[in-house]
Amino acid sequence: MSNDGVNTSRRTFLIGLTSAIGAAGAVGLAVPFVKSWLPSAKAENAGAPVQVDISKLELGQRVVQEWRGQPVWVVNRTDKMLEGLSQIEGSLRDPNSEEDQQPPYAKNQWRSIKKEYLVLIGTCTHLGCSPLYEQEPTVQLDHGGFFCPCHGSMFDLAGRVYQGVPAPTNLVVPPHSYLSESVIIVGSEEGETQA
Amino acid sequence: MRVVNGLIDWVDARLPVVNTYKKHMSEYYAPKNFNFWYYFGVLSMVVLVNQLLTGIWLTMFFSPSQGFESVEYIMRDVQWGWLIRYMHAVGASAFFAVVYIHMFRGLMYGSYKPPRELVWIFGMLIYVALMAEGFLGYVLPWGNMSYWGAQVIISLAGAIPFDVLPFIDANDAKEIGEALTTWVRGDYLLSTATVNKFFALHVVAIPLVLVALVFLHILALHEVGSNNPDGVEIKKNKDENGIPKDGIPFHPYYTVKDLPGVIIFMMVFAVVIFYFPTGGGYLIEKPNFAPADPLKTPDHIAPVWYYGPYYAMLRATTIDWFISSKAWGLIAMGGAIAILFLLPWLDRHPVKSIRYKGLLSKITLALFVVDFLILGYLGTQPATGLAKTVAQIGTVYYFLFFIVILPFGHRFEKSKPVPERVTGGH
Repeated sequence: MSNDGVNTSRRTFLIGLTSAIGAAGAVGLAVPFVKSWLPSAKAENAGAPVQVDISKLELGQRVVQEWRGQPVWVVNRTDKMLEGLSQIEGSLRDPNSEEDQQPPYAKNQWRSIKKEYLVLIGTCTHLGCSPLYEQEPTVQLDHGGFFCPCHGSMFDLAGRVYQGVPAPTNLVVPPHSYLSESVIIVGSEEGETQA
Repeated sequence: MRVVNGLIDWVDARLPVVNTYKKHMSEYYAPKNFNFWYYFGVLSMVVLVNQLLTGIWLTMFFSPSQGFESVEYIMRDVQWGWLIRYMHAVGASAFFAVVYIHMFRGLMYGSYKPPRELVWIFGMLIYVALMAEGFLGYVLPWGNMSYWGAQVIISLAGAIPFDVLPFIDANDAKEIGEALTTWVRGDYLLSTATVNKFFALHVVAIPLVLVALVFLHILALHEVGSNNPDGVEIKKNKDENGIPKDGIPFHPYYTVKDLPGVIIFMMVFAVVIFYFPTGGGYLIEKPNFAPADPLKTPDHIAPVWYYGPYYAMLRATTIDWFISSKAWGLIAMGGAIAILFLLPWLDRHPVKSIRYKGLLSKITLALFVVDFLILGYLGTQPATGLAKTVAQIGTVYYFLFFIVILPFGHRFEKSKPVPERVTGGH
């Protein structure tokens, strides 16, 4: 068959070019469809970081703040409480926080950024009940801690779980940072929110 | 009559109605030796129709932003709503039951071997679409197991260790897994946004895909012709008219044969719907009779029975090497499904049908069935000491069957000679 004056290489080039531009357009068009699956502005507002004012938090006191439908605790730990942490490590399941239950900056012996201020999500890792804050030593908790009334799970004052209780892992430390000396912002990490 | 014939001629000149009817019904020659196991293809079509019909009706009364309430409304207030809902819920389990038996039939008689690889591939795509459909549908009633099941399954995406979707930047997500779960949920926690999305996928997107795949599955089958219990190619023996000597027209012979099968299936189906609609917690799990509660995890989160084997493999994988055991579990689960796609190329046995394979093939296939059933059971049970060990052994055998036994098993056994023509099965 003769070519009848058809420039086949030009034709191939044009087909290729058209296909490439078409494909680029298709990818561009996919963006709104993919992005529409992300949290809406409404959901983003509801899930926004919350601020906790700790300027009036007395030594040993705890405040509870709701964040994304969950209770978040902030505890101002006394020196005595902090000393107790190292004394009970033998009876804990995960004393060194090996399980991924905290952001990297809270993976230390206090499970916190500043050692006195403990920030935790206040739901038991067993079945999601909210444990009680035992500020003073009790029969089960020699150095105080958190006791879940539902199934008897126990955690120390760093939210670390004891051995032999139903809860499998330490309490979760949410992402958080310090907006200033006296304000903790829960749900936002260092450098994400400016004061 | 002349008017009718005239009308048919008029349409046929514009649309290949007569040819299509002949090609797929009256002149589609199926092997004459189909047995009991060949009912399950047509039964899955019956269940598909049941799901589409009852599903369309359920959408008339369901609203995804009030999932739990609208299921209760359907069950208590809508006239005959309970029946339509149970037909749909039990139908989901029935779908998997017939599809699993249909797949076992293929495994037994080598129905995926050349030239039927594409039939198998389309079948596998249907199976995967069906699993997605089943999961999405299970979330919609927004019971407590819906919530926690979705929580577990969606968080699986969090185990993906690599950056696969770079342009999804969920605001404060630190890892791709977290970004992906936020993207799927459409929120930072499971919420109405998630249910609405799942509803759209469950009632529109996946059913469209399913129906298209079923169409392709049958089209590919009719192109190459059906396999049979003897694994003999009936197209190799044709009479002077080019009709396979061992073939009989699909209509009326198999339409009539299938009808009693359909009737008996419907009787069994009706018994389950009327007397055991929740199947003792296996078809509709008990925690799903309570509304979704983010603060109350069910005592043990179990998938519905038809995901059991894969869930068991997910949990049985506890190696922590290079990547986390969670990611390995995901790979084991995904791999267990993905490997099925390769079945036509993994099975290198020269003989198609189990009838003429040797003892080793028969024993390993029987073991595989037992293994799959045990894994299925374990997947619905808590993973404690012994159960976990058994699941680990079962997982190893599952992969061994596909990677070692199917490709190489035939070297260690003596097969029987395959007959030239189909037999009566005696």
